[in-house]
Amino acid sequence: MSQDMATIYVMGKPYEVPKDLTIMKAMEYAGYRFVRGCGCRGAFCGACGTVYRTSDDYRLKVGLACQEVVQDGMYLSEIPFFPGNKAIYDIEELTPTSESVLKLYPEVFRCLACNTCTKACPQDIEVMEYIQAALRGDIAKAADLSFDCLLCGLCAARCPAEIVQYNVALLCRRLCARHIAPKSAHLEKRLEEVEKGKFDKDIAKLMDMDEPELADLYNNRDMEPRD
Amino acid sequence: MYTPEMLELIKRVEATRKERLHQEFPLLSADAKQELLHGFHPDFKDEVFRTLTVGPSKGERTPKEYADVFEAYSTIDPGDFDLSKVDHDVDVLVIGGGGAGASAALVAHEQGANVLLVTKLRLGDSNTVMAQGGIQGADKENDSPAIHYLDVLGGGHYKNIPELAKALVMDAPEILTWLEKLGVMFDKQADGTMITIHGGGTSRKRMHAARDFTGGEIMKTLKDEVLNRDIPLIEFASAYELLTDGDTVTGAVLYNMETEEYLVVNAKTIILATGGGGRLHVTGFPTSNHYGATADGLVLGYRAGAPLIYMDTIQYHPTGAAYPEQILGLLATEKVRSIGGQITNIEGDRFIYELETRDVEAAAIIRECSGRNKGVGTPSGQPAVWLDTPIIEELHGEGTIKARVPAMFRQYERFGIDMSKHPILIYPTQHYQNGGLKIDDSCETDVKNLYAAGEVSGGIHGTNRLMGNSLLDVVVFGRRAGAAAAERATSIKKSSKITLSHLEAFHAELEAAGVPRDRTAPMLLPEYRRPELAGRKLALSS
Ligand SMILES: Cc1cc2nc3c(=O)[nH]c(=O)nc-3n(C[C@H](O)[C@H](O)[C@H](O)COP(=O)(O)OP(=O)(O)OC[C@H]3O[C@@H](n4cnc5c(N)ncnc54)[C@H](O)[C@@H]3O)c2cc1C
Ligand code: SF4
Ligand code: SF4
Ligand code: FES
Repeated sequence: MSQDMATIYVMGKPYEVPKDLTIMKAMEYAGYRFVRGCGCRGAFCGACGTVYRTSDDYRLKVGLACQEVVQDGMYLSEIPFFPGNKAIYDIEELTPTSESVLKLYPEVFRCLACNTCTKACPQDIEVMEYIQAALRGDIAKAADLSFDCLLCGLCAARCPAEIVQYNVALLCRRLCARHIAPKSAHLEKRLEEVEKGKFDKDIAKLMDMDEPELADLYNNRDMEPRD
Repeated sequence: MYTPEMLELIKRVEATRKERLHQEFPLLSADAKQELLHGFHPDFKDEVFRTLTVGPSKGERTPKEYADVFEAYSTIDPGDFDLSKVDHDVDVLVIGGGGAGASAALVAHEQGANVLLVTKLRLGDSNTVMAQGGIQGADKENDSPAIHYLDVLGGGHYKNIPELAKALVMDAPEILTWLEKLGVMFDKQADGTMITIHGGGTSRKRMHAARDFTGGEIMKTLKDEVLNRDIPLIEFASAYELLTDGDTVTGAVLYNMETEEYLVVNAKTIILATGGGGRLHVTGFPTSNHYGATADGLVLGYRAGAPLIYMDTIQYHPTGAAYPEQILGLLATEKVRSIGGQITNIEGDRFIYELETRDVEAAAIIRECSGRNKGVGTPSGQPAVWLDTPIIEELHGEGTIKARVPAMFRQYERFGIDMSKHPILIYPTQHYQNGGLKIDDSCETDVKNLYAAGEVSGGIHGTNRLMGNSLLDVVVFGRRAGAAAAERATSIKKSSKITLSHLEAFHAELEAAGVPRDRTAPMLLPEYRRPELAGRKLALSS
């Protein structure tokens, strides 16, 4: 084998690929054309959750195919979809309490605190901690801890209690923003001002200006200092 | 992981850091900006462009990669295509499941229209989900929609369509309110005051963020709401062609990406919300865009007769990752510069104010590398300059980077680079389509009953969009499109005349212009398989 190549096993089938590629690019190099399992290509969408093992270790590892670099002897499979329970609700009518969460997702009760989900998270999120926080009714904490969740589904795929952690997390974040976060007085005020037409004249004036007039204003506008 | 040579070079950046810490760097004069743009921005290089010879914007120029999809045949033969079975009969068809499409579907559905939302990948796999930096909105005491308007126009080189720019800035407070009510967690102080910062080209701190997952947080919330309201949705279904009764749109042909079958939709109104075209890789630039950003909506709208505007301007994000190669083209979000990150050349010297507009910033970086030879080489040969990130920690305290841009911190950490201790290497990347289908302020194109919203549309941002105005745009105009399309749908009778006559005419035009027969579009997905495999056709599906 040439020095820069690695052998990877895509769903059990060996391919020789350049060693410095991500799993995603290595699979494309090998000839796969993604329809599923590829979205943002930059660790934002969670389409490319992947499980793998290496020959020297019995443990199952996880990663995002768009981020993880291949290793020689890697046995891998993408898990682009995993069936999960999604509750239907009206965010307006809920309260930010454990009762709300447990009514929609009663299986959260079943959490065994085994921490498998945390180990399965490619975003290094304290998944079990946020589930426990939701169970306790600490919705703000669940929202905070789960913020970087990409909905990749790997946690849910591994959970012995069949909890769909990412949907619980999403519910908590929405509850937090809607019902816990302090209101922005300045935003409410501005909305009112816009509705009352306070800026209509100013805007109309600008809309009537020609380019030199606008450019003059623009080039001489005052700037709020950077931090 | 940096090589020993790179670590050696980093010492030069460290050596100048103290001196740069509170250094004021001047903004360029209007003339200096023009000179820089004309000298180094790709938009000013003739060899990048071709003049269109067919279609409603014939005579206008656009980058060659875009021209190749506009001046292209459909693989559908309009003379021999069975449209007799209608699979979906709806009021409003929304095409594209990003921020604009989801917003449009929610509003149209709220107004009682019978909506169908279709998208190429999964709902939310989009450019929207990738937006890190933030969303603009003039909601602070020292700011106003008028001040915002002036920033938008100056940034857009005064080419913006005034009515669209007005809608953008005036709707902003309502949009922020709507998003928060839906459950988007904006960064706030304990008393509820929104935490806002500067972005390139802003005169007030009006960039709102949800940590560094602003678009992700918005997209996840909109997606959840679409599912909660049980809006009919088909994923992995791409729009492949529009259907018309001659000049008004009446439906679309969809392509099931998995089973490869086609589906026929008959609709009263259609909203194109298919986003941008980063995956066309103009002049070979890397891109920050998602996998499905292949300009399909432009192609379909153009064939149906909708003119384009400003398709000769592409936004290159000044700070794309240049190293390590695995993340080439992905963004170092502008927020890094907003909170104090500085750009330096190989000597550790600054050469441009960090919050100039993106076109100016990108041109300055290109000039530093290819015009002044002060760039930093990387092992792959990709030119680069430094983005000094450790200086942020010196300005705002240890741990700031991890707290303010966690996604980015993690991304570099995966490759063994601690960006709170070491600067990172960056170079411009193809990022945003400034132009698009021309619309009015209710998002209707020149083709009746065909609406466009989000990155697929043009005119709002003139010839250069400011960061944070696009997330705003997709929600503002997504909602406007949803409302207008739903309203139109209630006032008209559905035409069941679904034909490909526009395509027939377009094909005839292509033939007359001598466009090669094997050039086809829409692309749907970019081709990233190893080129050697293409010769072994049997193994490939097409
Ligand atoms: C990395 C990155 C960072 C950014 N950061 C910011 C930021 O901080 N602030 C800001 O304001 N803007 C930012 N932007 C820009 C902004 O995110 C986008 O311009 C905006 O979200 C586009 O939204 P959209 O709904 O128009 O398109 P998208 O969100 O891209 O959605 C389009 C959807 O249509 C689908 N689609 C495409 N073709 C078809 C077809 N033929 N049939 C069916 N569906 C199709 C796509 O798959 C996708 O789901 C960023 C962009 C990127 C790429
Ligand atoms: S894997 Fe399931 S049961 Fe185990 S800790 Fe996580 S949520 Fe609880
Ligand atoms: S919490 Fe679960 S769904 Fe979210 S990123 Fe981690 S593993 Fe993926
Ligand atoms: S492709 Fe989106 S996270 Fe990997």
